[in-house]
Amino acid sequence: MIEAPPVLEVRGITKRFPGVLANDNINLSLHKGEVLGLLGENGAGKSTLMNMIYGLYKPDEGEILVNGAPVEISGSKDAIELGIGMVHQHFQLVDVLTVTENVMLGNEAVSGPFLRRDRARREIESLSREYGLDVNPDALISDLPVGIQQRVEIIKALYRHADILILDEPTAVLTPQETRGLFKIMHTLLERGVSIIFISHKLKEVLEICDKVVVLRRGAVAGHADPKDSTEQSLASLMVGRDVILEVEKEEATPGDEILNVVNLHVRDDRGLPAVEGVSFGLQRGEILGIAGVQGNGQTELVEALTGMRAVDDGRFFIQGEELTGAAPRRVTERGVGHVPEDRQRDGLVASFTVMHNLVLSTYYKDEFSKAIVVDERAIAENARQLVEQYDVRPPIINNVVGGLSGGNQQKVIVAREFARDVDLLIASQPTRGLDVGSIEFIHRQIIRMRDAGAGILLVSSELDEVLSLADRVAVMFEGQIIDILSVEEADRDTVGLRMAGVRAGAAAEA
Amino acid sequence: MSAAAKAKPTRRLAFKLTRRRIIAIALVVLGAFIFVESSILDSELITTLTFESTSTGQTPTVGNIPVPTSAYLLVIGLLFALSGALNLFEFEEARPRQVSLALLALCALLFIPTIIIAAAAGNETNLTTIVAESLRLATPLAIGAFAGIWCERAGVVNIAIEGMMLFAACFGFTTLFFLRGTALPLETAQLLAVIIGVLAGGVIALLHGWLSITFRTDQIVSGTVINILAVGVTSFIRREYLLSTEAGAAKLGNFALPVLSELPVIGEAIFTNQPIFFMMFVMLAFTHIVMFYTRWGLRTRAVGEHPHAADTLGINVNRTRWINVFISGMVAGLAGAWFSLEATGSFNDGMTRGAGFIALAAMIFGKWTPIGAFGAALLFGFSDSLGIRLQMVGVGFPVQFLQMVPYAVTLVVLAGFIGRASPPKAVGQPYVKE
Repeated sequence: MIEAPPVLEVRGITKRFPGVLANDNINLSLHKGEVLGLLGENGAGKSTLMNMIYGLYKPDEGEILVNGAPVEISGSKDAIELGIGMVHQHFQLVDVLTVTENVMLGNEAVSGPFLRRDRARREIESLSREYGLDVNPDALISDLPVGIQQRVEIIKALYRHADILILDEPTAVLTPQETRGLFKIMHTLLERGVSIIFISHKLKEVLEICDKVVVLRRGAVAGHADPKDSTEQSLASLMVGRDVILEVEKEEATPGDEILNVVNLHVRDDRGLPAVEGVSFGLQRGEILGIAGVQGNGQTELVEALTGMRAVDDGRFFIQGEELTGAAPRRVTERGVGHVPEDRQRDGLVASFTVMHNLVLSTYYKDEFSKAIVVDERAIAENARQLVEQYDVRPPIINNVVGGLSGGNQQKVIVAREFARDVDLLIASQPTRGLDVGSIEFIHRQIIRMRDAGAGILLVSSELDEVLSLADRVAVMFEGQIIDILSVEEADRDTVGLRMAGVRAGAAAEA
Repeated sequence: MSAAAKAKPTRRLAFKLTRRRIIAIALVVLGAFIFVESSILDSELITTLTFESTSTGQTPTVGNIPVPTSAYLLVIGLLFALSGALNLFEFEEARPRQVSLALLALCALLFIPTIIIAAAAGNETNLTTIVAESLRLATPLAIGAFAGIWCERAGVVNIAIEGMMLFAACFGFTTLFFLRGTALPLETAQLLAVIIGVLAGGVIALLHGWLSITFRTDQIVSGTVINILAVGVTSFIRREYLLSTEAGAAKLGNFALPVLSELPVIGEAIFTNQPIFFMMFVMLAFTHIVMFYTRWGLRTRAVGEHPHAADTLGINVNRTRWINVFISGMVAGLAGAWFSLEATGSFNDGMTRGAGFIALAAMIFGKWTPIGAFGAALLFGFSDSLGIRLQMVGVGFPVQFLQMVPYAVTLVVLAGFIGRASPPKAVGQPYVKE
C-alpha cells in the first residue's frame, strides 16, 4: 500500500532579508488530519516560513508541494485556491464591518455587482453549526472579544474551503478558557479532515495538541520531536539551544513595610461603565502580589488608575503613605513606581523612536540627561549602551528604531527602562505576553531580583501559571472585584481557576 | 448638579460638561438672545410665509401664513431658554428625562424656521424659494463631498477636490467656448463640455494617484500641489484663450422631470431644473448603493480601513485605490462643471472659491457617508441662500451675522450630538506590501 503524499510539504526553503538569513534550508511535511507544531523563539523564522506558504513572501530557494505536486504561490489568492487558510497572529479583520462582511470579503456572495449578505450569512451559520464555532454573523467585529474574533478568522478560512489551516500563535491572546474552546474546535476540524499547523512557544500547549513538532532556531530546523516522548524541558532546550530553567527559583518572601494601600477603589472603563468596583488591598515591600483573573475583569482599569493614566471614580490609594489618587503619571513615577504596561506598543514605547530614546522616556528631563532645556544625547547614549548590554537587548544597537525589534526585545527595552530606575513599587501588567521561554525566564528572574532588593511588586497576568509560579500572594479579580486573596500555599490551579470563574470561597460547600 | 450632590470622597468634577450640556448652554444663550431681540422689535411686525411666487399672477394653491414676528420670537426665546435650562440637569427618573429630551428635539425642529422668520422680520418670505435655492447652492458642495467619499473610503486623502473642480470648470468651459463656432447644436456641445470637464477631473485625479499611490508622496502634499497647479494652469488658459473675446456662453438648460414637475408648488421650483442639479441626486443614490450594497463598495471600505487584511484575502489594494481615486476625480469634475457650465456660463479665475474645501467639511460632518454628507451640504447651501436672501430683503444688522448662524449650529451639533468623527482608519497611509 502506497502512503498518501503529505497534504503540504516544504523542501529546502531559504529566505534572505537584507542582512538576515530568515529561513535556511527548511524541510517539513504535514499529513492529512494531523497537527504539526512549529516551535521557536521570537524571530526564529516561524512567521516568515508561514508567510511564504501563504504567498505573502516569495522564497529565494526551495519548493512547496501541495498533495505531492509542486506549486507556485505568488499571492494569498493562490494560497486560498490551493486550500490553505491562515489565521494571523494579528487578526486581519476590519473592525467597522460585520462578521458576515469580513468573512465574505474577497469571496463575496453576489448577484451581479450586488452583495448577497443573506446567502453568506446562511453559509456562516451552517459552518458555525458544523464546527461548533458559535458567532453572531451580524455583530460588528469591534464589539467582539478576541476569542470570538479568532473564531471569525477560522470561519474565514473554512468559508474558503481551506483544508490546510495555519494558526500563527493562536493562544497568545486567549484566556485559559478560550484556549480550551480553541482546542475543542481544533479537534472538530481534525475529525473533518482538516490539517493544522500550530505555531506557538507555549510548550504545554504544543505537547497537548500536536501530533509532531518541528523546532526552529535562528532560521533553521533545530530538530524534530514527538510530543509523546518529549517534556517541556526537552523542547525548551531544543528551542533555545541551551538548558532553560522553567521553574522559577525563589526564596521565601520577607515582607517589609506597606508600600501600596488601595481603599475601596472604583474606576470606569472607556465606555463609562464601572470596571473596578470597590477594590481594596495592601502590598508590602519584598513581596509579589499576583492578580489573577480572566482578562477584562477590571485588571486593566485598576492598573491604569494606579499609574495615573485613568481617572478614579471613587475611593483612594496611597503609595509609601502618600495619597496619589488622581495624581498625574509623572508624580506617580517620581514616587518610585515602575510600570510595565499591558499593551507595550500603545503605552510602553514610542515605536518610531530609537532604543536609546525609549530608554529615557520616564527620565529624560532629569539632570542626568538634560542640561537646561537641551537633552544630553551623550549621556542618553551611554545609559542605553549599559542597559542594552545588561538586559541583553538584541540586536544591541542603540540607534535602532524600537518598532523594528521583535516583541521580546521590545519588552526587554521597557523592562530595562523601568527596572533600572530606583523603583520601590513595580506594577507589571502581562510582563511576558507573547514572549518566548528564553525571554520569559529572563524577565521572571529580574522580577524576583527586584523583589529581593526590597521592592513591592504588583503582578497582573492572565497566565495562571505565571501568577502561580511568581506570586507570594494571589488576588483573584472577577467582575471588577477582588473576590479572594490567597496565600501561595492555598493557591493551587483548581482553587484559583474556580475563583477566576466567579465561584466565591464557601460557595462550593453550600452547593 | 444632582450627581455631585451625592457626597463622595472623590476628586471628580462637580459638574461634568457632557455633550448634552454643551447644547443646553448654547440653547440658553440663544434663547436669551432671541428674547432680547423680540423685545426690541416692533410688536406690530408681521412676517408672511408664502410658498409660491406671487409674480406669476396665478391664484395661490397654498395659503400664506402670517406670523406676528415679535410674539413668535418671544415664545421661541422662552422655549429655547427653558429646554436649555432643563437639559442642564441630570434626571434620574425616566419621565422628566424624556420630557427634556423631547423639548430639545422640538427646538432643533424649530430652528431653521426661526432663523428665516427672524431674518425676514416684517417682510414676505417665500419658503419654497429658500428651499430651492439651498438645494441649488448645495449642488457643488454635495457632489464634491461624494467625490471625497469615493477617495477617502479607499484610504486616500483627497484635499485636491478644489483643484479638480477648478480644472474641470476651466476645461469644460473652454470646450464649450471652442465648440460654439462649429455646426454642433448647443445641447450636444454642452454635453461634450460637461464630459470633458468630468474627464479633466479624472485625469487630474490620476496625477494624484500617481503621486500618492505609486510614489507614496504624502497625500496632503500631493493634493496641495494639485490645488496650486489648478490655480496657475486655469488662469493661464483663461488669459491666453478665453479673454481674447467676450467669453460667455449659454448656461445648461432646464429640464422638467416628467410627472414630478407637474406637482403644485415644488414642481416648478425644484423639479424643473438644470441637469447637474439632478445629477446630485443620482450621485447620492449611486454613491450610497455602491458603497454599502455592492462588492466593490465592500472592498473599497476594507481597503480604506485595513488594507493588509484585504491583501491577505487576495484583494489588490493599490488597484482598488487607483480606480477609486479616478472615480473621485470624475465626480469632482462634475461638481466643477457646475460652476462654469450650469451656474454662470463663464469661467473666472478661482471661481470655485473654496467650495472644494467646504465639500470636504461636508464629507467629514456627514461622517464619510453619502446621506450624511448630503445633509451637511444642504445646511451649507441653506446658509449661502440665506445670505443672498437677506441681502435682497435688507435687514437692519450685518447679513453676515445671520449667515454665520448655520455654521455656529454645525459647531454645536458636532460637539454635542455627533461626537468625534471617525475617518477610515487607513486614510492617508500609502500601502506597502512587506
